[in-house]
Amino acid sequence: MSGYLSGVLAVLCINLIFAYGIFVPMAAGQINLGGAGFQAIGAYTTAWLSSVAGLQLWLTVPAAMLAAALIGCLISFLVLRTRGVYMVLATFAFGEVVAGFLLRSDFFGGAIGMVVPVHVALPLLVCCAAAVLLLTFYLMATRLGLAMRSINDDEAAAIVMGINVRAVQVTAFTVGGAFAGLSGALYAHSFNFVEAQYFNSFLSIYVLLFVLIGGAQTAWGPLVGTVFFTLLPEVLRISGSWRFVGFGVAIVLMMMLRPQGVITRAMVQRLSPRRWAPQCAGAGTWHGG
Amino acid sequence: MTAGSVPAKFRTALQTPAVAAAIVVALLFAATALGGMTREVVSGVMLGSIYMMVAVAFTLTIGVLNFLNFTIPSLFMLTGMVAWGLTANGYVKFAGSWAWLAALAAGVAAAVAASLLVERFTFRYLRMKHGDAIEHAIPLVSSLGFLLIFEHLVLIALGSESERFAIPFKADVHVASVVVGVPQIISCALAVGVVAALSFVLKNTKTGRALRTIAESPDTAALLGVEVDKIVPLVFILTGLLAGIAGALFTVNYGNVSPFMGDNVGTKAIAAMVVGGIGSVWGAIAGGLVVGLAETLSIYLFGGDSVQMVVWGLLLALIVVRPQGLFATVAIGKGKM
Repeated sequence: MSGYLSGVLAVLCINLIFAYGIFVPMAAGQINLGGAGFQAIGAYTTAWLSSVAGLQLWLTVPAAMLAAALIGCLISFLVLRTRGVYMVLATFAFGEVVAGFLLRSDFFGGAIGMVVPVHVALPLLVCCAAAVLLLTFYLMATRLGLAMRSINDDEAAAIVMGINVRAVQVTAFTVGGAFAGLSGALYAHSFNFVEAQYFNSFLSIYVLLFVLIGGAQTAWGPLVGTVFFTLLPEVLRISGSWRFVGFGVAIVLMMMLRPQGVITRAMVQRLSPRRWAPQCAGAGTWHGG
Repeated sequence: MTAGSVPAKFRTALQTPAVAAAIVVALLFAATALGGMTREVVSGVMLGSIYMMVAVAFTLTIGVLNFLNFTIPSLFMLTGMVAWGLTANGYVKFAGSWAWLAALAAGVAAAVAASLLVERFTFRYLRMKHGDAIEHAIPLVSSLGFLLIFEHLVLIALGSESERFAIPFKADVHVASVVVGVPQIISCALAVGVVAALSFVLKNTKTGRALRTIAESPDTAALLGVEVDKIVPLVFILTGLLAGIAGALFTVNYGNVSPFMGDNVGTKAIAAMVVGGIGSVWGAIAGGLVVGLAETLSIYLFGGDSVQMVVWGLLLALIVVRPQGLFATVAIGKGKM
């Protein structure tokens, strides 16, 4: 496999995990525009543990996930006090605070960044991405996933049905934080260098758009959105700024023609095998995945 | 701001600007009294007046249309870059020594045109398709798309370098032992003037009443005979004008343009809007000054790279503790958010 191809695939795997980190809270009705902050927490935890403390891969990556999940859990209590535009702004502010802190902190190398000694090869990245993918599909098929979706569709109805909305949303945000942290850790280990400037607000915007364009109704959406927007520019050999112009045009067109995203719940239902059908008898809207 | 009995209306109208002004004045006095910070205070007010205009642009679209318009930073940038592109290529030579002003006017026009383009592909299209655009989060996502398009098209056309935009005159005056450029004073006054005019229009004219009615409830507004289809483009024109004029003032004051000049100002303006209370014009004015002062003072006190953390940390705390903002009592369209 050429170096170019494996580089593209590595980016794809990292973006996929990151996108699912945004998707899980979104499935429970929370928009996270501070994704870069969580990814940065994962990346810097790993970078510090790996370069300063000299720990091995099997310790640094789980530690990064844990750190991002912990902060996600704590921050979710704050963020859940807000809704709508305020939630978008609160998470955005969180991302900016993390980036600002890392830029200023000498402990984490400040503006110079940090070198990460241990390198992760592509097979492990692919395994991680596959694991996150399967875990998300499984999560969305469990009772918790159903509760998340019910909150997203109608929060008042979910409360009436006895769902502990707060607990479900905190869980979703924490899981999302862990995924974003994992993507950050893998980013650090596969590029062997982290700098605070990389984790800016545009990164948060891009990953949110991957999920929204792919479709946030089912777990297929982020997969399609991320693969499409990561691979298409490579396939078309577009480089530099035209790539972003094309991305922007695609977003505007998508919002005009198919605002619910490429993959919708109805589409998955129509395409999936018959064995899903009996489970949604009566309700007509339930489906697996 | 709109409904309620006469005394309540009077109270809100008086209270919000009064409280805002009091806090800003207190901040100014505290900073000057501490000594040695006069220069920071003056430059904070200058910066604040830019943030103020952009924050009013944000608050207007969000208050009337419930739409967080992420294209505003790119409209801001478009003005400066178009003006620079025109002067650098000699397209405005006909204006002689006023070429810089002609270029800036063309830049503002470009910002308004771009804003109307956004309206065409978000609100007008959605109204045509669904009969209603205000309930969706779609325009927000579209505006992120337009942000990417505008920024990177400018980058392709004019390059990614930070360029010098020269104005042919230079005049300084001394204010309290600090040297202040005349353009800065003029632009500060202009910023306040534009926002005051907007505030007057919103409060006292038929169009202003129509805007506030749409903010309360688009359906009721339509029932009462407000021509929503004609008012919505007006919001986008105002947005383009505010962001464009702010961009022009920034270009004149700081003499530098780049395709990324809007990003920092835009995000700070969002912070300013939240500080003042989303949907409140007077709140955005006070918020702009507070954020401008907080920025220059935190640079002075804690060093240049602390700004991001200080401003956004305070903002995060504010959103969580007091989402209605520091000053706002009743914000435009608050019931919808």
